[in-house]
Amino acid sequence: MAELSVKGLTKHFGGIAALNRVDLTVASGARHAIIGPNGAGKSTLFNLVAGELPPTEGQVYLGERNVTALPVYERANLGLGHTFQRNNLFMELSVFANVRLAVQHRLGINRHWFRPIGSFKQLEERTDEILRRVGLLGQRDRPVSALAYGQRRALEVGLALASEPRVLLLDEPTAGMSPAETTEMTGLIESLPESLTILIIEHDMDVIFNLAERITVLHYGQIISEGTPEQIRADQTVQEIYLGSEGLALSDGDGGEPGRG
Amino acid sequence: MTAVDTPLLRVRGWVSRRRPWFLAALGLAAIVWPYLASAIKPFYLSLTIDILIFAIFAMSLDLLLGYTGLPSFGHAAFFGLGAYVLAYIASRSDLALNLTSNLLVTLPVVMLVTAVVALIIGFFALRTSGIYFLMITLAFAQMLFSIAIRWSGVTGGSDGLPGVARPTVGVGPLSYSFGSRTSFYFLVLLFFVGSYWALRRIVNSPFGWTLRGIRENEHRMQALGVRTFRYKMAAFAISGAFGGLAGMLFAYYLRGASPEMLHWSTSGEVLIMLIIGGPGTLIGPMLGAGIIRGFSLLISSYTERWETLMGLLFIAFVLYAPQGIVGMLRQKEKEPDG
Repeated sequence: MAELSVKGLTKHFGGIAALNRVDLTVASGARHAIIGPNGAGKSTLFNLVAGELPPTEGQVYLGERNVTALPVYERANLGLGHTFQRNNLFMELSVFANVRLAVQHRLGINRHWFRPIGSFKQLEERTDEILRRVGLLGQRDRPVSALAYGQRRALEVGLALASEPRVLLLDEPTAGMSPAETTEMTGLIESLPESLTILIIEHDMDVIFNLAERITVLHYGQIISEGTPEQIRADQTVQEIYLGSEGLALSDGDGGEPGRG
Repeated sequence: MTAVDTPLLRVRGWVSRRRPWFLAALGLAAIVWPYLASAIKPFYLSLTIDILIFAIFAMSLDLLLGYTGLPSFGHAAFFGLGAYVLAYIASRSDLALNLTSNLLVTLPVVMLVTAVVALIIGFFALRTSGIYFLMITLAFAQMLFSIAIRWSGVTGGSDGLPGVARPTVGVGPLSYSFGSRTSFYFLVLLFFVGSYWALRRIVNSPFGWTLRGIRENEHRMQALGVRTFRYKMAAFAISGAFGGLAGMLFAYYLRGASPEMLHWSTSGEVLIMLIIGGPGTLIGPMLGAGIIRGFSLLISSYTERWETLMGLLFIAFVLYAPQGIVGMLRQKEKEPDG
């Protein structure tokens, strides 16, 4: 069953089609990756799915439900989680308070306006549980502004997880990370529950081929190929796109940091 | 927490370990003060009342500016409205209803009316942000100001509504009138402590933390599924109601309502109190109210140049201590997570 699908999704910026009649179906529990050179329309696709931008044409479905007209917060409440390419956190609050903001919404207690937040025991337990999962329990009481870059990326994922989404959009989770941090992040993503549907944009091909079960290739706003990692690696057109821009990025393993830029 | 060991923080630690003693001393001082003040100079008691009222007003704005990140430049609207609603109910003027001065009636009516008006203003103003929000809140407040001036059949025009009766409380034989300055001081002190207590509970609740989240990153709150507009509306209503409470007390204090209470300079004054004291803390606005009202009333009796001095003070704070007095004392320390 499709957990997330888009039909004929098109976005024009001025006269330029950033995305052109894209059809995409992400199966329930899938690990689905979107790849493509810079400017291929990956981020635009994410923004349309999350509701950050209205599409020029086409629809977005969460399960059976058409969510095209719904604002960001309603899509989030229907189970769409979202991490951001550029860290998008509550910088002056502590790590704990950051995740707690997500958990308190999830538990539906935001409307309590006269009861001390410390009196909600479940809130604290669930928040600590998320922090443990993303490896930030040791940073619990530090302000986000004092965290290292890789820790902030992990907190991004923690915030999205705390909302217990059905579908998780990961926008370049390892961008700008050191190799060690990348390994940690890959491990974290691998450890997520199998029932969670994940759609991921990523430049690091090692990460993609480690994680993804299915890959969609975007080029100039259009899907040019879709298949298993093996099929994509063997695909002639895909080879040419990457050969043309940045060298043989798809030859697994020996490329250093292929496809980045 | 990366605590930097500074003399200031050591003093703070010393104080917080002895907190109950300090609170007891402060409480005792507050109780003794009116008797002491009337022995020294009765004016000091009036000054204290004035400061306590403005402290409530400044704390109410802090819920918007400091906690939700909404820079309202029209908070005088609620202060003035609270004063006029009270005067309309309780003034002996021919224009007013002259119904009752009983707090059991006036307090809920004033807070309800200001909260409803805050919701109406908020409904429009909260569609904007930043400088536009600032301008639209200013515009609404100026609109109320010009209504107060022009609609003289109801508002008394530039004279306002004088002749507000002294506050009373209770029913029938059990009623009490706050006739003396000292009893009025205790009434205001009670409202001040009550407002601080209530606002503190609000900012430390899940709702209060949602407001902080909106201040830090509204977009991310929406991505988490929070319908931020509703929370901002609620903050606006609560803030308006407490601003109205402060205005009501001020009208009781001055025995009338006047258009200056709605003037933009009142909105500016309370903003300056917040910026000097430290937004996003409830203690900061209190200190700011004390400094601004205290100095303006004390110094203005000696020199005409008070406003120039206030301007210089304000510039110094914006340049060298943008987080205000409390921010300066806190150094790099972060807010504790309730």
